Amino acid sequence: MKKSLKERLAILSDAAKYDASCASSGTTKRNSSASGGLGSTEGSGICHAYAPDGRCISLLKILMTNFCIYDCAYCINRSSSNVERARFSVEEVIWLTLEFYRRNYIEGLFLSSGIIRSSDHTMEEMVRIARELRVTHNFRGYIHLKSIPEASPALIEEAGLYADRLSINIELPTDAGLTRYAPEKRPDGIRKSMGDLRLKIEEMRDPTLQTKRTRRFAPAGQSTQMIVGADQANDSVILGTSARLYGSYGLRRVYYSAFSPIPDASRNLPLVKPPLMREHRLYQADWLYRFYGFGIEEITRDQPDGMLDLDLDPKLAWALANRQRFPVDINKADREMLLRVPGFGTKIVRAILSARRHRTLRLEDLARLKVSLKKVQAFIVAEGWTPSRLIDRPDLRTMFEPKPEQLVLL
Amino acid sequence: MLDGKGDFGEWRDAARRLLMAGTLPTAVDWRERQGIATDLFAEVTPVPANLDEEREGARSASPMQITVPRAFMTLAETVICHSDPGRFGLLYRTLWRLQSERNLLDIVSDADVVRLQAMEKSVRRDSHKMKAFVRFKEIGAGTSTTDIMDVIVHPVSLETGSIAIGRRRFFAWFEPDHFIVARVAPFFQRRFTDMDWIIATPKGSAVWDGTTLTVTSEPADDPKLTDDADTLWRTYYSNIFNPARLKVKAMQSEMPKKYWKNLPEADLIPGLIAGAEERVREMAKQAMKDPPTFHTRVREAAMPKTEESTALPGTLDAARAEARDCTRCPLYCKATQTVFGEGPDDAKLMFVGEQPGDQEDLAGKPFVGPAGKMFDTIAGEVDLDRKQAYVTNAVKHFKYEPRGKRRIHQKPNMGEIRACRWWLKLELELIQPKLVVAMGATALTSVMNHAEKLGDYRSRKVDLDDGRALYTTVHPSYLLRIPDEGRKREEIDRFREDLHAIKRLSDHL
Repeated sequence: MKKSLKERLAILSDAAKYDASCASSGTTKRNSSASGGLGSTEGSGICHAYAPDGRCISLLKILMTNFCIYDCAYCINRSSSNVERARFSVEEVIWLTLEFYRRNYIEGLFLSSGIIRSSDHTMEEMVRIARELRVTHNFRGYIHLKSIPEASPALIEEAGLYADRLSINIELPTDAGLTRYAPEKRPDGIRKSMGDLRLKIEEMRDPTLQTKRTRRFAPAGQSTQMIVGADQANDSVILGTSARLYGSYGLRRVYYSAFSPIPDASRNLPLVKPPLMREHRLYQADWLYRFYGFGIEEITRDQPDGMLDLDLDPKLAWALANRQRFPVDINKADREMLLRVPGFGTKIVRAILSARRHRTLRLEDLARLKVSLKKVQAFIVAEGWTPSRLIDRPDLRTMFEPKPEQLVLL
Repeated sequence: MLDGKGDFGEWRDAARRLLMAGTLPTAVDWRERQGIATDLFAEVTPVPANLDEEREGARSASPMQITVPRAFMTLAETVICHSDPGRFGLLYRTLWRLQSERNLLDIVSDADVVRLQAMEKSVRRDSHKMKAFVRFKEIGAGTSTTDIMDVIVHPVSLETGSIAIGRRRFFAWFEPDHFIVARVAPFFQRRFTDMDWIIATPKGSAVWDGTTLTVTSEPADDPKLTDDADTLWRTYYSNIFNPARLKVKAMQSEMPKKYWKNLPEADLIPGLIAGAEERVREMAKQAMKDPPTFHTRVREAAMPKTEESTALPGTLDAARAEARDCTRCPLYCKATQTVFGEGPDDAKLMFVGEQPGDQEDLAGKPFVGPAGKMFDTIAGEVDLDRKQAYVTNAVKHFKYEPRGKRRIHQKPNMGEIRACRWWLKLELELIQPKLVVAMGATALTSVMNHAEKLGDYRSRKVDLDDGRALYTTVHPSYLLRIPDEGRKREEIDRFREDLHAIKRLSDHL
């Protein structure tokens, strides 16, 4: 018996939840005032709900189908898995997107799919959904399409005309890992499609000779996802791969997804709790690399086994290992060094730079900016404050470590 | 006495009058009108300040011009929507201080500024949450729309004549903390343009009919509508949640409980949290079973899918196809693809460069980036046709270090040059060029199979053992890196002479 729409929605959203991204930001600003249609994107994305896993729900994140001819060990939808299968028709995905959007449940659609018949066949259906939403239904909300590996460049090109963002998952940090766990996927093929996409995005961004206008092509760029903890790669390897991806393909984001146990899992995989703290530290390190001027090797150099410290955030860990660089005078230091002070974010640094032009800053000023004094005081000099020998204390680390949990009687 | 429903003009007019009169901030008692009664208090009579003592010299002349930084206006327009009754006084005090402390707003550690910014942030957050958590319910054929209008927006005179037939109609009930309906309503107009909608709240309502957006500040009631689509949304919400990653605090900080009662999905939350652990245990217990028949079928169909190159063995095409999967050195892991040589397979002239760069790595073709363009330009000047020549690199994968959003080229080392020499040798054997041009030291080293100094070979034709001739020049990317303009011109001239010599040599091959 054919499953109802509700039953299939349950299966195909369950199948989509292992993709971490739900971002709807970074695209062009547009709305329906002039067209009289439906939808807008106004810069920052909106999270319309949060699931109890703490993740934002911004997009209708579903698979077109969870049938798949690939057999990637880490994936719940691999062909050898006994998961219940279902598929949506093109029209059903369109209907769900529009009806959910009208009720303000979502910002748009994040469509992915298992690979059915061939890569091109699958990609073609996905492109058809995006095209009809845009052209037939005048939909101006956000669309994120997952590129299917090995799909033809012509289809990817068409996808970019309708989608805000395209992504293809790198899946694992090393080529060896991918070859082992996803025998049908080719790491060089994935890099090639990211490279093609970067070239296409740059080409379309250049104004044409005739009209002098830039054309719209995946305005929110491309992103990717890496699974953490399924293979043996350490954090240093993972971050190195990210840095390469950012540098090579102009990715907006690399998402890290702590490997989460899946039902009917392949025997090759660790059936443990997902390493959520490790994932969190990787995101922090990724931020340090992209916004704080840190090099990857600086972040991981002082860590044993190339793994980030789980107890301390990576900036604090770096500062404790490089105490000769501290204390930093908040009334004199340059932006670059202020960004390296544990406890200062980019906004705080901006506020400090702006405020100190008019007055000399004291610790109380920082407190009013909601800076955690406990965290920063050992690392800074301010008007009326020097950390004296605090920075040289051998037990400085213990002041930041989480309190040991008290054992209880069984 | 202000209405205090987020109307900025009302406060601005009052504040301007008071400031013109030189009224001290401490002398003003700002009050909000309570409920809908209009005449509970008389206008507060401000105590005029002593003109000589309190006024700044700059403000003594009249008619007085009051100027404020633009940033203050933006800030005040937002803060005025806050529900804290103290906002009027705080804004007026700040306005007063701004007359003598022009940079006040930059001093982000000032107590008044801190408080204003906190209020601004709170209004912005509330506005953002309104955009996120308003939930529209469709008003179906069964619902009498006039009833709904009566219940919720009685003060709005809804002239329904302008509503086009066939437009779908939606209703939302929302409870904001601050007076933000007027502020946020245009967002919904821009987004939900093709449907009619009403957003009703205890702090005012907004109505859109396709042509006009009407906003009132009168409180409305919740008509408690239902919509069947909520069932599908709840299905989605429960299934997109991953029970193995429970993080309740993270959820609650972004979706505070105060919003839950108007969210159709929220009553699922306690059940999802309670059942999470059990679901994870179930998952772990579910050992791997035999694969479904579907899998076996797919496997069988996919079996002969190993891609065999159609090119004849021993041809350039076959070598190119084979090089795609080259793993002779570790560079392949970091590069996008092998960049093999390009040109006629019977070319008499072969150019050898160092390695592909950023653009070549992406495009899969040699010499298409800035250095390639430099090469093409100068070759064009001496009538050297690149298409007649075979162009390749000593190393066929891009070696680089990532730096933020860019890749910094790195020189290949001896091991990498040796490993990749295998391909260069094959290209030489298959093409049999008469003249090989080495551009740069890496190319020279690879062709000679020995580390050689560029200076010893530069601009000279050298006969090789195998009957071929070698000519050596610099790599065009070297020309791009010379900072001194004069020297750069000299070096470009020299390179042009080299290409000219190559052109003459190749004409006599």
